[in-house]
Amino acid sequence: MNTLKSSPTSQDPWQNLRQFTSARIALGRAGMSLPTQACLEFQLAHALARDAVHIPLDFSALSQRLETLWNPVQTLQSQAENQTMYLQRPDLGRLLNTEAIATLKKQTIQPIDAVIVIADGLSSKAITHHAEPFLRLLLPALQENAYQLAPLTLIKHGRVAIGDEVADHYNARLCITLIGERPGLSSPDSMGIYFTYQAKANFSTDANRNCISNIHDKGLRYEQALKKLLFLIHEAEKLKFSGVNLKDETTDIELDTLDSDNFLLT
Amino acid sequence: MYKSTANHLTYDFKTLGNLLAKASPPRSGDYLAGLAAANNLERVAAQWALADLPLKHFLTEAVVPYESDEVTRLIIDDHDLYAFDAISHLTVGDFRNWLLSDQATTAALSTIAKGLTPEMVAAVSKIMRIQDLILVAKKCRVITQFRNTIGLENRFSTRLQPNHPTDNPAGVAASILDGLLYGCGDAVIGINPASDNLEATSRLLYLLHDVIERYQIPTQACVLAHVTTTLKAIEQGAPVDLVFQSIAGTQKANDSFGINLNLLTEAHQAALELGRGPIGSNCMYFETGQGSALSANAHEGLDQQTCEVRAYAVARKFNPLLVNTVVGFIGPEYLYDGKQIMRAGLEDHFCGKLLGLPMGCDICYTNHAEADQDDMDLLLSSFAMAGGTFIMGVPGADDIMLNYQSTSFHDALYIRQVLGLRPAPEFEVWLQEHQIFNDHNQLRQNTEIPALFKPSLQRLKDMGQ
Repeated sequence: MNTLKSSPTSQDPWQNLRQFTSARIALGRAGMSLPTQACLEFQLAHALARDAVHIPLDFSALSQRLETLWNPVQTLQSQAENQTMYLQRPDLGRLLNTEAIATLKKQTIQPIDAVIVIADGLSSKAITHHAEPFLRLLLPALQENAYQLAPLTLIKHGRVAIGDEVADHYNARLCITLIGERPGLSSPDSMGIYFTYQAKANFSTDANRNCISNIHDKGLRYEQALKKLLFLIHEAEKLKFSGVNLKDETTDIELDTLDSDNFLLT
Repeated sequence: MYKSTANHLTYDFKTLGNLLAKASPPRSGDYLAGLAAANNLERVAAQWALADLPLKHFLTEAVVPYESDEVTRLIIDDHDLYAFDAISHLTVGDFRNWLLSDQATTAALSTIAKGLTPEMVAAVSKIMRIQDLILVAKKCRVITQFRNTIGLENRFSTRLQPNHPTDNPAGVAASILDGLLYGCGDAVIGINPASDNLEATSRLLYLLHDVIERYQIPTQACVLAHVTTTLKAIEQGAPVDLVFQSIAGTQKANDSFGINLNLLTEAHQAALELGRGPIGSNCMYFETGQGSALSANAHEGLDQQTCEVRAYAVARKFNPLLVNTVVGFIGPEYLYDGKQIMRAGLEDHFCGKLLGLPMGCDICYTNHAEADQDDMDLLLSSFAMAGGTFIMGVPGADDIMLNYQSTSFHDALYIRQVLGLRPAPEFEVWLQEHQIFNDHNQLRQNTEIPALFKPSLQRLKDMGQ
């Protein structure tokens, strides 16, 4: 009788490892399979992440927030007219539409060192949550280097490579693109930064870029991301290139101290 | 040459590359590239024309020019006419018949592997149904070794993928232990580093090395950094078991990855010289995926599946321990939904196996694709039926660093249970010795942590954590 009524699921006796990671560990099992609770928690997270892809970014609100940090701020659009087109036609997301090009052409060109491009990408939440606080740290750091900056450029339905066209237009050496990364189950608001030295439209490829990804509350902190970016900029200025041959060699002091805490090896 | 008539319409496909593209089962990446058949009739007409094409013809027409593409040069220069002999009289259509017949035994399939070009294999896959892809792949046997033996009959391996968004060592270790206690990790314990950084890569290499040594785990380690980062780590004396690299099927696409054949040769040599594999010297781990060439705008007018199979020629050159097609990672612009992902995964596995590669599959999808767990379950089940070599093991199927869903430790246990598939023999012995699996290849119902890991977790408790 007793065996019949005992629980058909078993818990994993290593629950305390959950303090070290937000990964879905120690889920327990029903037979060899996921218990109902873990199974439905996954479905819930998937539903939220699916929905996150389709929430539009409020460009005017973001623009207003950013104007308190930097002026001017401009909002442009790619050739993708809507989110469905954006998802299916990455080629269009890499190109500015005709209005955007006209807007850029109207501006008198002054010598510019760096452009900062902010694109909604696949997660508007990422940009809503992280663009402004990150720029709050980045802008002063760039000004310390006496860099001349182009207007902050927001791009609707933009892919990473659209930064090339903007940088090319201003003839800027440094192209910094902040973009919403594909939403994960546990991080629907992760922001990525792509850095390209001497970006050229239709010429630069992924091999010319450096990527700093996973900027969100449970991922890379703003200060860590900034440190990496400034290192890459500094090295690229010396080497005159960015990309796979430019290695991020920043050490993370926080990680050093954590090393001794690796319970498997102490 | 490339003409056919279907339903009273005559089609002329003009070039081999175009014929292959038009004959390809529908997928969004080929539409994006403007290469797909305009309608169903044109696709079938192309498949008829392709079926009539002699295999010999593939040796006379390169789909990307020999002069400008080193992958083409590799394919042509390494082609083995002696191995090709047994099938040299066949058309693509007859080749399909031969593959399905009793003549194509496991031994016969191994014999012809070096006589096949990627384009021949891509061609025949385009006129095969899913059951054909499963049946023929199941007959292929590719066995590789480093610290254990991968690819034996009725064995099924897993890569333990303990990624963490900041490469936090304790976070990585927590996922490793979770995976090991669920019986995962015999293909490799492989971490994607959050940033491609020499310092972080070395730190993770030492972490994996120390864990494998301390607990005497018969498996191998890999940090999936760019090959140039791994080379630097080797120079500095870091312990590298497997060298990782993403590869593609055109020289241009490989350029965009920052690699070429010389660089891969250099890395392969460096890993061989370390000689860290006690029972075998397969020391490369490659990843591929349909759509990667197009996403770098380097597809040279080829459909994405043909490009993918050409990447296997690159892999084959370096006798890898593992090749992994990361099928649904790239997103819906290349593979739109569960149906396209499923077919692509089984095609890749079949094509890789036929060319002699130890093919695994990262059965996966992103949150902007039209796919869900049910689609993954179907692909996992068919992949294992096809004799797939390995899958990923990610805690709860949720990769918190790469932001996509793959297969979980539980998924691996599901398929072991249903099809009676066992881990690599050396790893299986370790699992049984340490009371993780029982004698029937099942996870034990442990109420306590196995003795091997008890002291580590006890210390945590003592520290009040």
